[in-house]
Amino acid sequence: MSASLRRLLASGRVASAALVAAVGLGLAGGLLAVVQALLLARAIAAAFLGREGVAELAVPLSLLAAVLVTRAGLAWAGEVVAQRLSGAVKADLRVRLLSRAVMLGPRWAADQSSSELVLLATRGLDALDAFYGRWLPQLALGAIVPVVVVACLLTADVVAALTVALTVPLIPVFMALIGRMSEAHRRRRWATLSRLAHRFADVVAGLPTLRAFGAAEAQVGVLRRITDAYRTTTLATLRVAFLSAFALELLATISVALVAVGVGLRLAGGDLSLETGLFVLVLAPEAYLPLRRLGAEFHASEEGLTAAREAFAVIDAPPAPAGAGLAPPEPIGGLSIEAVSVEQPGRDVLAPAGASLVVRPGEVVAVTGPSGAGKSTLLAVVLGLIAPTAGRVRVLGPDGGGAAASGARASVEGDSRIDVRDLDPDAWRSRVAWVPQAPWLFAGSVADNVRLGAPDASTAAVAEAMSAVGLADVAPSLVLGERGSGLSSGQRRRVGIARALVRRAPVLLLDEPTAGLDADAEAAVMRAVRAAADGGAAVLLVAHRPGAVAGADRTVEVGWALVEPPAGEAAG
Amino acid sequence: MSALRAILAIGRPVTPRLLVALAAGAGAAGASIGLAATSAWLISKAAEQPPILTLMVAVTAVRAFGIARGVLRYAERLAAHDAAFRVLGELRGTMYTRLARLAPAGLAELRSGDLLARLVGDVDGLADLWLRVLLPYGSLAVIGAATVALVGWLVPAAGIALAGGLLVAAVGAPLAAAAVARRAERTLAPARGALADAALDLLRGAPEILATGAGPRAIADVAAVDARLAAAERRSALGAGVGGLVAGLAAGASTWLALLLGIVAVREGSLGGVALAVVALTPIAIHEVMAPLVAAARQLPGLAASAARVVDVIRRPDPVAEPREPRAVPDGPLRLRARGLRLRYPGATVDAAGPLDLDVAAGARVLVTGPSGSGKSTIAAACLRFLEPAAGSLELVGERGAVDVREVAGDDVRRAVGLCEQDPHVFDATVADNLRLAHPGASDHELESALAAARLLDWVRSLPDGLATPVGEHGSRLSGGQRQRIALARALLADVRILVLDEPTEHLDEPTARAFMADLDAAAAGRTLLVLTHRPELFAGSAWTRGPGLVPPPARR
Repeated sequence: MSASLRRLLASGRVASAALVAAVGLGLAGGLLAVVQALLLARAIAAAFLGREGVAELAVPLSLLAAVLVTRAGLAWAGEVVAQRLSGAVKADLRVRLLSRAVMLGPRWAADQSSSELVLLATRGLDALDAFYGRWLPQLALGAIVPVVVVACLLTADVVAALTVALTVPLIPVFMALIGRMSEAHRRRRWATLSRLAHRFADVVAGLPTLRAFGAAEAQVGVLRRITDAYRTTTLATLRVAFLSAFALELLATISVALVAVGVGLRLAGGDLSLETGLFVLVLAPEAYLPLRRLGAEFHASEEGLTAAREAFAVIDAPPAPAGAGLAPPEPIGGLSIEAVSVEQPGRDVLAPAGASLVVRPGEVVAVTGPSGAGKSTLLAVVLGLIAPTAGRVRVLGPDGGGAAASGARASVEGDSRIDVRDLDPDAWRSRVAWVPQAPWLFAGSVADNVRLGAPDASTAAVAEAMSAVGLADVAPSLVLGERGSGLSSGQRRRVGIARALVRRAPVLLLDEPTAGLDADAEAAVMRAVRAAADGGAAVLLVAHRPGAVAGADRTVEVGWALVEPPAGEAAG
Repeated sequence: MSALRAILAIGRPVTPRLLVALAAGAGAAGASIGLAATSAWLISKAAEQPPILTLMVAVTAVRAFGIARGVLRYAERLAAHDAAFRVLGELRGTMYTRLARLAPAGLAELRSGDLLARLVGDVDGLADLWLRVLLPYGSLAVIGAATVALVGWLVPAAGIALAGGLLVAAVGAPLAAAAVARRAERTLAPARGALADAALDLLRGAPEILATGAGPRAIADVAAVDARLAAAERRSALGAGVGGLVAGLAAGASTWLALLLGIVAVREGSLGGVALAVVALTPIAIHEVMAPLVAAARQLPGLAASAARVVDVIRRPDPVAEPREPRAVPDGPLRLRARGLRLRYPGATVDAAGPLDLDVAAGARVLVTGPSGSGKSTIAAACLRFLEPAAGSLELVGERGAVDVREVAGDDVRRAVGLCEQDPHVFDATVADNLRLAHPGASDHELESALAAARLLDWVRSLPDGLATPVGEHGSRLSGGQRQRIALARALLADVRILVLDEPTEHLDEPTARAFMADLDAAAAGRTLLVLTHRPELFAGSAWTRGPGLVPPPARR
């Protein structure tokens, strides 16, 4: 049994009462099948050989009617229970998967495709319905019902009972063998489906660009090739996967045929009664029924198992190594960025390369440098979202970073400067407000978006922050669509800035806060930033606009460098 | 239902393969019935203890049916899946071709998570229309009729009872299930879309959520959307149960009636006792074979909803009307002229831009300025013929006459007018692939010249894989400025006479922006440039002319 299967079974304990009920209902149905076979055989044999009429057979016929109705009722109850089984488990996995994906941070996310993750969290996990609702109860029934049927057959005809008893165990053996064969194929299929989803999403998102260059039609051929590849990979998988169903069907029908022929020949020889023969004939297929249903459901749940494996891979992805979990100093006396370099994944460059600066409360420091110099990366390092390759960012204590330990908040070295990696990440981020280059706006009201980092901010505080960045004429109650549609890009950026201001955090990080703004809006934003600094915030802003740089107290240039450059040289 | 018909029409080219699958399916079901009927006859006949030789045909037939069922079922499954996947290929092709005519203005109000759900999830799910509904119903209709004929030939009344039972099981039960499930599905499909949207929002906003400590609250929001979906799913479970219940009762009734009528017929002497087991046991077999139909039909409302979502995209009206008799774009140097041009998005009630008068002379470099929200990107969309003018004219003027863009095929307009978007899409491919989009035959040297003009060549050369470096999803491995400059290089590569640049200096630092604009004049020699910007101060030099300034239309909020 694979590890993911075991973990899925463990997750299923959330719904174990429903599972017991589903198995119990199935077992009761199996027992009624035995009674039904007895009654049918009795009625047919008596009518054929004894020439008995409906009146003589009134008792078995009315019992048969009752059994048939009860079986239908049990099947219905089983179905309802089965459908309710999977919901709780799915919701649990979905939440664990998504929270993990968020917590793993941007460096991890840059290597993932968000559309593939969404596909996994929705359609992928939906495939677990069949796993919990049908496959799991059927697995239990597949183990119990054949034993019951063989026991009943033993009382009637030993040869038929042995035929069934010998062939039934062959079925799981064959299925396991073939199942192992199809495993690799199955993985490839899911990978192909993900690639298809990703490619479609990329092409659709870029359709305006493709159309502008008259290249949209050319993609039809590319997409057709992807679809064809999808079909051939899937069919190759299915050819193998269906083999186990084939083995199952073949064994089940051939052994029923063998039982029928054997019973017929023994009847002709006078070794059996017709009633016994018919009982065996009607009952024998019931031994294979749960296994056949299991086979049908197993293929349906294969995708679920694969999706579960991918979900567990995300859930188990190692988080960034935890630091010492210290509390940030109170109040914060500024930031010291000390020779920070970050190696960019997939490129042999350090960006930034050896960036150093200090920003204290009340100061606005601008970080400039060419595109690709790692200005945004530097802010991510300050936030603790990305670990620097070299150097460190330290938070200064109230004394501004002097060597003397002050009071109870002394850090490990007896120094009030603490490396941000040693801080408790949540505690640190609650003291920092950050405006990324393209603030992410959620579908919801403008006010909700402004409150993202300060859920308790009053209506007045929201309105004040909005008017400070020149958004007084946008209604806080305005409901935005996806990615803030309903606002211009300049307005979206200013909502992001208002979101940071309303938090009144002691450290304010702004990534190109005035890009895309006209002169009036830019002036308003810079006034608001200055006001935040005057209120005691240490402000670090990434800028290349002269307006933004002019509003800063100091400007620090950062640059990039090739990995292992000659000492002291920074390209730029 | 009309949506399902439209989907079926798209799958028509695959009909021969579907018929092969249908025949194999009918054969497999027939073998099941044959096995039940011949073995019932064999055992009954054997009870009369005839000479063994008289049983040999039946013995052979029982064995043959036993083998044929498995083999035919395997063949049917492979043939059916192959055919269904081919149909999906047709469907995706049709849908993409349509999207390529609609984007961007015709898809404005669709959320991208929802569009992805339609393209992948809905289209994929539609395979079940053939696999689980049409093919099983087709092959079981054939075998069901044959079984009714067999039983009816032995005991006519039992045949009628069986026909009634089968109709209830194959049609009545699914209808009952569908009636209950339809109500659930109405909330189910939007709930699935809402979950996909919520998850996408969450993942794309992850860095900011992480930084603001809003994680638990954002996750709780997604969990709430998920809970609504789970509740809708639980309601649909009752529908499935109801269908199975009706089918089970129908199976019980036709088995019981067949036995009863068979016993009467034997007593009357109209049926030989040997055939009684055949009359009584065959109905059980055919009902068992038909059992999956309830589950199949349960999917029908879901499939109809998926089909409707797919067809909604396919049948959307074009955002621009193509002319019946398109005129050609004039040869030679080209001017752009707008008079009283007003623009409005489909379904909107106010203008997004205009009225605008604009003259861009051939070879000129013209700046159209305006603050954010004044409709600069909208004007770019109109120049590329993505958006229909609401009023006024927009003309391409050659030396020997002018044509309005409405008189020219959209593709021809875009062969003459190119665009570098404000928020350009960078594909998850290599740097070279992203550039060659604009000019598929371009040599590496041409790519490098374009990169040099966009001041990006040094950076690309510093990469270990150079032009062959992948850029990541949405260019996630690039900085904002690098993304913008890839798009600029791409626009310069395209062989167009008029190039529209929408905020080309966005994300560029000041010295790079100035240098780029100075280079642009030389790099775009011989072309007409229309630059839409809110930073005209960056465009120094005599080459640049100030065009009209835009003001935001009133009451846009």
